[in-house]
Amino acid sequence: MKFIKFLITGIFFGIVMAKSEAISWYRIQEMFRFQAFHMYGIIGVAVIMGVIGVWIIKKFKLRDYHGNPIVFYPKDKSMIRYIAGGIIFGMGWALSGACPGPMVVNIGYGYYAMAIVFLFAIIGTYLYGLIKDKLPH
Amino acid sequence: MIEFISQSWTWWFSGAVISVVMFTLLFFGQSFGFSSNLRTICSAAGLGNSVSFFNFNWKTQIWNLVFLVGAVLGGFISGTVLKNDQPVQISDATIADLGKLGFSAPVSIQPDELFSLESVLSLKGFLLLAIGGLMVGFGSRYAGGCTSGHAISGLSDLQIPSLIAVIGFFIGGLMMTHLLFPLIFSH
Repeated sequence: MKFIKFLITGIFFGIVMAKSEAISWYRIQEMFRFQAFHMYGIIGVAVIMGVIGVWIIKKFKLRDYHGNPIVFYPKDKSMIRYIAGGIIFGMGWALSGACPGPMVVNIGYGYYAMAIVFLFAIIGTYLYGLIKDKLPH
Repeated sequence: MIEFISQSWTWWFSGAVISVVMFTLLFFGQSFGFSSNLRTICSAAGLGNSVSFFNFNWKTQIWNLVFLVGAVLGGFISGTVLKNDQPVQISDATIADLGKLGFSAPVSIQPDELFSLESVLSLKGFLLLAIGGLMVGFGSRYAGGCTSGHAISGLSDLQIPSLIAVIGFFIGGLMMTHLLFPLIFSH
């Protein structure tokens, strides 16, 4: 039962993704064409609230519900992996209109074709694991 | 009440709820990063035996798989009890641009041209979805995260690597939309 809280949080995530229309291929196209503020507003508000909240967590050394400090791990300092991986990701995001979260929300919504996208995203992750040592990071 | 939440949610409210989801996961001792699930699924499928990248104790990530199941359920609730039959209200400029590529104006939230059974059963339709998925899965792991891990969690922590990744997301998205779409969807 210790997982029920993650199930409920996930349900909230799925609902906000769907009701905000962030799971829509059309909305992603509109974003990459700079023709509406909608997606930028969603991400912008989430990031601004996030920056303030993370600052408060660090400032007051807040703890999670287990009583452990909430820590943020700095990501590896590098350039190539973020730009190259980011570009590949972005191309797939624009083509399929979904990043990994919205893929599964779409499946739940009834767009079963997204299951193909999700299955191939797993295969893509597998391919990365297979050749990662040959890639520049 | 149901009618009220069934409407499309405005951007500021949606953004606020997403950040609440991120902070809820932090409060529960975890972090918000959805694409990690793809790696976890590979590990749970036993691929760690042959590829070391998937050789880790995936059971510590079960919480995130449960979160994924929740997201599917959230999608189901949104597509049933909370469903409204309004098409996505995208801008006229986008409708016009997509029209030139052969997409009709939205009648729901996803285009039939890509996600209908008829499209999926065509070779081109299937390949487009498969290649899109491959790139998302490969790219998110190469970049070390997706929209949730980099654009939301990473930028909230003012991490430069996440900013670089998000810039990459946009370079890739703009290339696909403006350079490749006219080739892919020309008719």
